[in-house]
Amino acid sequence: MQRAAERPRVFAALALPTFAWLLVFFAVPLGIVFLYSVGENVSITEIRTTWTGANYARLFEPELLTLALRSLRVAGIATLVCLAVGLPVAMLMATAPARAKPWLLLAIMLPFWTNLLIRTYALLNILGTRGRVNELLGFLHEKAQAVLALVGLGGLGLLDERFTPVRFLGTELGVVIGVVYVSLPFAILPLYSTLERMDRTLLEASLDLGAGQWTTFRRVLVPLAAPGIATAAIITFVPALGQFLVPDLLGRGQTDMIANVIERQFKSANDWPFGSALSLVLLYATFALLALRAFADARRAGADGTRR
Amino acid sequence: MARHRRPAVDRRRFLKGALGGSAVAGIGISLPKLALADGGEVNFYNYDTYIGETTLEDFEELTGTKVNYDLFADNEEMFAKLRGGNPGYDLIVPSNEYVERLILAELLQPLDKSKIPNARNLDPAFADPAFDSGRTYSLPYMWGTIGIGYRKSAVSAPPSSWNDLYASDEYAGRIALMSSPVYVIQMAMKAMGKSINDWTPENIAAAEKMIIEQKDRVVAFAPDNGQDLLLAGEVDLAMEWNGDILQVMSEDDDIGYVVPDEGGLVWEDCLCIPTGAPNPDNAHALIDYLLDAEAGAAIAEYVYYATPNAAAKALMGVDYTENPAIFPSAEAIESSEVSVYPGPETTRLIDEAWTRIKAAG
Repeated sequence: MQRAAERPRVFAALALPTFAWLLVFFAVPLGIVFLYSVGENVSITEIRTTWTGANYARLFEPELLTLALRSLRVAGIATLVCLAVGLPVAMLMATAPARAKPWLLLAIMLPFWTNLLIRTYALLNILGTRGRVNELLGFLHEKAQAVLALVGLGGLGLLDERFTPVRFLGTELGVVIGVVYVSLPFAILPLYSTLERMDRTLLEASLDLGAGQWTTFRRVLVPLAAPGIATAAIITFVPALGQFLVPDLLGRGQTDMIANVIERQFKSANDWPFGSALSLVLLYATFALLALRAFADARRAGADGTRR
Repeated sequence: MARHRRPAVDRRRFLKGALGGSAVAGIGISLPKLALADGGEVNFYNYDTYIGETTLEDFEELTGTKVNYDLFADNEEMFAKLRGGNPGYDLIVPSNEYVERLILAELLQPLDKSKIPNARNLDPAFADPAFDSGRTYSLPYMWGTIGIGYRKSAVSAPPSSWNDLYASDEYAGRIALMSSPVYVIQMAMKAMGKSINDWTPENIAAAEKMIIEQKDRVVAFAPDNGQDLLLAGEVDLAMEWNGDILQVMSEDDDIGYVVPDEGGLVWEDCLCIPTGAPNPDNAHALIDYLLDAEAGAAIAEYVYYATPNAAAKALMGVDYTENPAIFPSAEAIESSEVSVYPGPETTRLIDEAWTRIKAAG
């Protein structure tokens, strides 16, 4: 078998189109965005690069910090929920019979067959005060009351007389639900690929040697799955930070995040320099996270090396 | 935000526009260049379903000029695409504020009225607007209003003031405002008895305070779907475009539309030729055709917005000409205003106020 290292030129040639693509459609536009971010509007359509820091300084206005904090909070909670929900699902998939695996993977991918906007509209229908979820909760409320009456606790007022619909839309809860829904497949896939490759005899060994299920999960499974968990966390957290559709629709404009401000700069506010600065800050944050991740990997590799 | 077009097919347009918008924006440079026999071609950039059902085919048949029809979802998208240089459009349909922005950016060319004899069909009331005095660069295509859509059975009396939405707790938890910073702040200024174009920092600050105080009573700053919230019963009052409310009125008799006593905002979509248009003569010919009485009536029949074309209006039935959601009362129109582009400094003040409104609470 050929190794890449033995035939560097062939592989370099093969990689060339990719590099060219990245250069033209990624690096160059990003460079332009950077130049905008240190520029000023000189007319309604012209931006002059003046190497000003003013656009970045506006980030520290209190209302922007409020929105940035909300973005971090929503993205953070959504990431934790995705990991908590995704890990068992990924575990289930990894341990499923080989025959079932493609079908389970397909099930995870299925939502991508429908456009995000349409799926979000569907959530609007499900989460509304007269939506399906509240219908179900109302039904359960009614049944619970009947059961309480049956066992003679009906008069104690344990439940409200009438069911009040839960308000999901226009709240951070609704936005978190939406972001989790959008991100979950992205969290499950890296977790699955890590768990799939994991040596499962280690889990058996741990259980055989007297560790309980929880200890095995905490001391063996989680450390082994750590790289996958880190990837899942980043791949969920970063796009979640940049969400603007979900806060717009499910948040009903009441729970704007930082990306809503960015969107406005390129549209109604027509302030591309400020919008560029804001979006680059998100990008810088992403790079910082990836750098942390790489640093952690390097440290782990180093630690492994000394142990051997 | 986009203005909804034809009531019946509106949802389709919104989804298509919103989904297709970015994709279309990317390929703007390569408009289809179909070879054509005699009449050449004209590149028309408009909203989806914002034209008569057979208007373009009729024009092609009449003149032999091929019409390439490209779509935008909202003014912002159209402006963003043109600001870097005209990618090849001959005829565009910006709203009044954007006509002004485009003039300021020198992105429009003066119209040659001698090539547009049908301009005489237009109602004289549209002859000299503030945003394009003397109609040098634009001719009106359709117009409408921002007002209040409401559920008749849920209100004691039809809302008569913007204060019902902005400064009252009578309808707390049953109100939707629009998501556009400019319009929401403008209607707050209307509620305070000011002109919607009186953009002093004091007025912006007062409007900001008013909206922040009302924020808890507002269910949604609805991104183009206030009418859906109204239809679904999630709100009982919604600030919206008349066309959007008209759409749900056709689905639910219990919904009404009113332009409050203080007046609202009158918008106007215009026909303009961008600078660098490759086929300006064909563009003039198409404008002239769109302003024809019969063609104009066919467009109005399908789009169901108010036409500024008096000759076309005369051909329409009373269902259209006497529909209060299309043509509000003379008094309401009298006190309504056309929005004027406030300039970049004020736009920034508005945007900053809006961010504070969104961060509050």
